Amino acid sequence: MRVLAAMSGGVDSAVAAARAVAAGHDVTGVHLALSAKPGTLRTGARGCCTIEDARDARRAADVLGIPFYVWDFAERFTEDVVEEFVAEYAAGRTPNPCLRCNERIKFEALLDKAIGLGFDAVCTGHYARLSTVDGRLELRRSADDGKDQSYVLASLTREQLAHAMFPLGDSTKAEVRVEAAERGLQVAEKPDSHDICFIPDGDTRGFLTRRLGEQPGLLVDDETGAVLGRHVGVHEFTVGQRKGLGIDAPAADGRPRYVLSLEPVTGTVRVGAAEKLAVTEIVAHRPVTRIDFDGPVECVAQVRAHGGLAPAVAELVDGELLVHLREPLSGVAPGQAVAVYRPDAAGDLVLASATIGSTR
Amino acid sequence: MAYFDHAATTPMLPEAIEAMTKALSTTGNASSLHTSGRRARRAVEEAREDIADALGTRPSEVVFTSGGTESDNLAVKGIYWARRTPSRRRIVASSVEHHAVLDTVQWLVEHEGAEVSWLEPDPLGRLRPEALHELLDDDVALVTVMWANNEVGTVNPVRELVAPAAARGIPFHTDAVQAVGALPVDFTESGASALTMTGHKIGGPYGVGVLLLGRDVATTPLLHGGGQERDVRSGTLDVPAVVALAAAVRHAVTEQLARAGELAALRDELVASVRRAVPDVVVNGDPEHRLPGNAHLTFPGCEGDSLLMLLDAKGIECSTGSACTAGVAQPSHVLLAMGVEPVLARGSLRFSLGHTSTTGEVRELAEVIGPVVERARTAGIAGMKRLAGSGGRTTAEV
Repeated sequence: MRVLAAMSGGVDSAVAAARAVAAGHDVTGVHLALSAKPGTLRTGARGCCTIEDARDARRAADVLGIPFYVWDFAERFTEDVVEEFVAEYAAGRTPNPCLRCNERIKFEALLDKAIGLGFDAVCTGHYARLSTVDGRLELRRSADDGKDQSYVLASLTREQLAHAMFPLGDSTKAEVRVEAAERGLQVAEKPDSHDICFIPDGDTRGFLTRRLGEQPGLLVDDETGAVLGRHVGVHEFTVGQRKGLGIDAPAADGRPRYVLSLEPVTGTVRVGAAEKLAVTEIVAHRPVTRIDFDGPVECVAQVRAHGGLAPAVAELVDGELLVHLREPLSGVAPGQAVAVYRPDAAGDLVLASATIGSTR
Repeated sequence: MAYFDHAATTPMLPEAIEAMTKALSTTGNASSLHTSGRRARRAVEEAREDIADALGTRPSEVVFTSGGTESDNLAVKGIYWARRTPSRRRIVASSVEHHAVLDTVQWLVEHEGAEVSWLEPDPLGRLRPEALHELLDDDVALVTVMWANNEVGTVNPVRELVAPAAARGIPFHTDAVQAVGALPVDFTESGASALTMTGHKIGGPYGVGVLLLGRDVATTPLLHGGGQERDVRSGTLDVPAVVALAAAVRHAVTEQLARAGELAALRDELVASVRRAVPDVVVNGDPEHRLPGNAHLTFPGCEGDSLLMLLDAKGIECSTGSACTAGVAQPSHVLLAMGVEPVLARGSLRFSLGHTSTTGEVRELAEVIGPVVERARTAGIAGMKRLAGSGGRTTAEV
């Protein structure tokens, strides 16, 4: 196959590309330039904040002996990922930009271009297992529980996954690092990236405040309606958040308070006790399903990228995914995805993914 | 294999390799006073004389540098600093200069109190003497306008551009990196005060170039030290590079110049064969005043980096213009200045021919360009905003 390997400059995508080469595919490496900086003299030009990552990716491609190019997806990334991220926070929701990037950039803009240019598949360093069983694509959790990324891939459509390649799905991160060193890839010891790539300093609040300005509102006790404080915008908060609420006086009962809900129109942030966070019902929009939902399906639901798991029953009703949790989960934030899995010894199987709309 | 990127760098000439190899095995600092030093100095001075002779100037006006970027920096910063007074701080520069000039001017504006007036090109990329005349006044410290454009290949009327500056006594620098070896270049006759050239674009080595600098042009040095090169450019001379450069310059102004007509014919054949396969291809730049080895083409509906990758996979090497440090292809500032829509600017490729180019290479390109463009059109303009469409533009046809 002709394979386009997306190479971020990290160890995972480098080893994924190496495995594609080792499997005998005709591999070309590309690094996506995603950050746009306003041009000065160089009209229309963009700065590059990814010089080091681009170099690491290029050197990995050199070691693998594959052609390598840097492609500019900054405009699409800005439009489809960064702007949406900001808009979602402004609307009181909590987006997952990595999931959106997979949906819209790696497996849409890049995949479309790759297919157009005659490639058969896009290969990435994601930790998830993809296989075809009886002509049916199955997406499963990675062999490495700690690194599993099936949650941020679960919303890809069948057509997208049909052209995806995840060579690392059966490996652990530790194995990947060892293999990178054995293959002479200099990125073997490169630290994992944790932050949102377009907020390199990790200060999401600061980023959002710079983008959205101050939109002051009130922090309100959900039970009594008492005003507990003021804030500079609902984008500063996420449902389930405990720290940094800026409330001076302790609660009457002395127990910690959490963000329960965000109301962007009025600017109201409702806070209350932990048990009020407990959610047992999720209504989720725009479901992408991998099996036929003829009726309620026993499953395990995951409501955020790491953790947030509970046994559940999922069903499709009027084009929405309803998830009834058998054990309550807290910190279920609208805007995040809910992915539902069928537990399986060979890796939990992704059944569906949808965007959390409302909870109860 | 077909190499169409001679404007980026061209293979070293056998005579330059021979001269350099020979010099590499001899010892001697050209500033030393003993026999070995004098031998090195003699090689440098003979090289200087050859270069002066080939480019129509005196040996004393040849300043060796590390290449085009340094020569441009030395001319623009050095002359600006030497002539700057509170009432004379303006630089007039064309907006289609190489980044070695553009970014230098911009830096002087940001850090050294310079002001800038940009001389804009016409839709063919040509810079007009009347337009320059309009921008000149007593507050201008320096004019810098390239001899020939490295991207679209347009050749400027240098003598006519120098005239209005000379009339006001304003020094005129010209970046002739692409012109030497492609066009007759006579420094004295041009009337310019400073001229940039570099080795690796004409079959000489990398890392060596020249600034031709009029003896009466006050210039503040960038590099201080041993006082070499008229005290304008200190640093131990790279004797092997200098003698190889001279060998390349001699070849460039004789044989390469004599073959310019042939090269232009080969270039025209390339353009014609591409047009046969891709009828809507657009040729950028000036059809008449043009570097013989340059074909700058826009393929509507394609992304330059798609085309480059597909051609590269077929063994055909060309350029999308400049790339940033990370390697992202940039829409050409030259095309944008000429009024080309960004989406079309991104769909452009430069094919540059040189002393090793053959009809066989042109035939290789002709065979694949049709399917490659079709393929690239299928892939579309993936990285750009979905709204982006192709707008109208002014074009030139060769």
